[in-house]
Amino acid sequence: MSILHTPMWRRRAVDRLATVLVTGAFVLALFPLFSILWTVVSKGAPALSPEFFTYSMRNVVGEGGGIYHALVGTLLVTAAATVISVPIGLLTAIFLVEYGEGRRLARWIRFLVDVMTGIPSIVAGLFAYALFVVFFGEGVRMGFGGAVALSVLMIPVVVRSCEEMLKLVPNELREAAYALGVPKWRTVLKVVLPTSIAGIVTGITLAIARVIGETAPLLVIAGLSDSVNFDLFHDRMATLPVFAYSAVSSPGVPPGPSIDRAWGAALVLLLIVMLLNLVARLVSHLFSPKSER
Amino acid sequence: MTVVEVSRHPVRRLGDRVFAGASTGAAITILATLAGVAIFLTVEGVPGILASPDEVKSGESFLPYVGPLVFGTLLAAAIALVIAVPVSIGVALFISHYAPRRLAAVMGYLIDLLAAVPSVVYGLWGIGFLAGKLVAPYGWLEEHLGFLPFFAGPASATGRTILTVGIVLAVMILPIMTAICREVFLQTPRLHEEAALALGATRWEMARLAVFPHARSGIISGAMLGLGRALGETMAVAMVLSASGVVSWNLISSTNPSTIAANIALSFKEASGLTVNALVASGLVLFVITFVVNVAARLVVDRRKDFSGADA
Repeated sequence: MSILHTPMWRRRAVDRLATVLVTGAFVLALFPLFSILWTVVSKGAPALSPEFFTYSMRNVVGEGGGIYHALVGTLLVTAAATVISVPIGLLTAIFLVEYGEGRRLARWIRFLVDVMTGIPSIVAGLFAYALFVVFFGEGVRMGFGGAVALSVLMIPVVVRSCEEMLKLVPNELREAAYALGVPKWRTVLKVVLPTSIAGIVTGITLAIARVIGETAPLLVIAGLSDSVNFDLFHDRMATLPVFAYSAVSSPGVPPGPSIDRAWGAALVLLLIVMLLNLVARLVSHLFSPKSER
Repeated sequence: MTVVEVSRHPVRRLGDRVFAGASTGAAITILATLAGVAIFLTVEGVPGILASPDEVKSGESFLPYVGPLVFGTLLAAAIALVIAVPVSIGVALFISHYAPRRLAAVMGYLIDLLAAVPSVVYGLWGIGFLAGKLVAPYGWLEEHLGFLPFFAGPASATGRTILTVGIVLAVMILPIMTAICREVFLQTPRLHEEAALALGATRWEMARLAVFPHARSGIISGAMLGLGRALGETMAVAMVLSASGVVSWNLISSTNPSTIAANIALSFKEASGLTVNALVASGLVLFVITFVVNVAARLVVDRRKDFSGADA
């Protein structure tokens, strides 16, 4: 081989160069992470105040106002998406692990769930719009549509993480339950799910963290409003990411205060996402059995 | 003593049938959702495809309308891929084979944090930080590499070019590509690595001879999954790019091709009538493109799974 004809000093030099490049790639990848964190924290922190969290943008021109309406919208839409996605996702995972063994349907669903994780978020939003237009007519905007769009993005994530967790449950536990005459459904509910609950909670938390920052589908179907709206089924509903986007894209005159609010909203959003990630890690760290790698 | 008849299957009762039915139903709901996405986009999109030029805002029939957008989408994703593939391979190799064992998990977690950042935050970072920093380098590129069509200039004064978008997208797809590369790198049979080292290979030669050949299909599928993400990313593009819907190879000027997703996000609010249908139809085109890319990626992954038992 060619390596044998290469002098040793050259091989050593190439090895050292590769080490430098590989380490350099890692440092390069860390740069945007810290740059993003620093930019958002330094530009967003000045905007945070009690008023920022408790006021909506109703009748606000220029300075003042806050993200209360957007916070409410984000929490409602994400909660609704979670309520839709968790039962469907968890039951599908149970089907794949407990009932699907070797069935063609299970193979197809596993494959399509994988493909579904790649659906662009804007397409999910257009789907929700196209679905709701059929029932509510042109120009429909409602928070629940946003929840449906987010569910399309969230379900595959829930399925994949729950499936991995259910697979980790040792088969001996199931067999022990069957041997005691426990029916299969009770085995799943009383043995399999409690054993894997930490992992499932972790997976669901990460799935929430993934969709809570989605902008594009909500821009399309939930729209934006300046006032608080608690009704998921009527009218436009502001959400944090859409609020941040529109505060930058159409800041009004003068643009300064609006752009400051956008950075503030981005910081709040980032904090929520990081917090969810942290909670997920903690749950999996504290409660998982030692089968976790 | 009574003889208990032992069934090979667990006991089946009403609860079992209900539970099995519910979980199968949930699984089928997923199939229905995926089919629903295709069906509803088609139903709402077809009128937009058939609309005559004077009925939609763009004043063009569908193909000339969507063509430049497809070009922009592919161009931005290609730039992102060119940047992200080597970096993610490097990062993954660093975490799996170069970094100290104890730190590797923390480092992987740091890279995963990049995936958690919402796209709107990437967009803000792109316009608020990155674009401004890239104005000077773009001027340099125009001056010294201006003979290449990519850097013909005139360089954008704001830095909000398709190359900036490509860089932001590269950062966004880095975590998923790194995660997949890392996983396949770690699956390299230990014996192959140790054999290479025992024969006197340096660490880099071990990576080249043992790790990369084993991981090739994993790298490809990771790159394709990243490509799927980059094709569909919306907000970062919509916020950073100053788009004018042209078809141009010029990466650093202020006239840039737009992408399908960004165009939908930017025009949806003001659209009405058949223009909405045209936008939905462009979304359908995007859906088809990403679906094909994702299916191809998953097929590569699955094929790999079948073989990995043989060469482990």
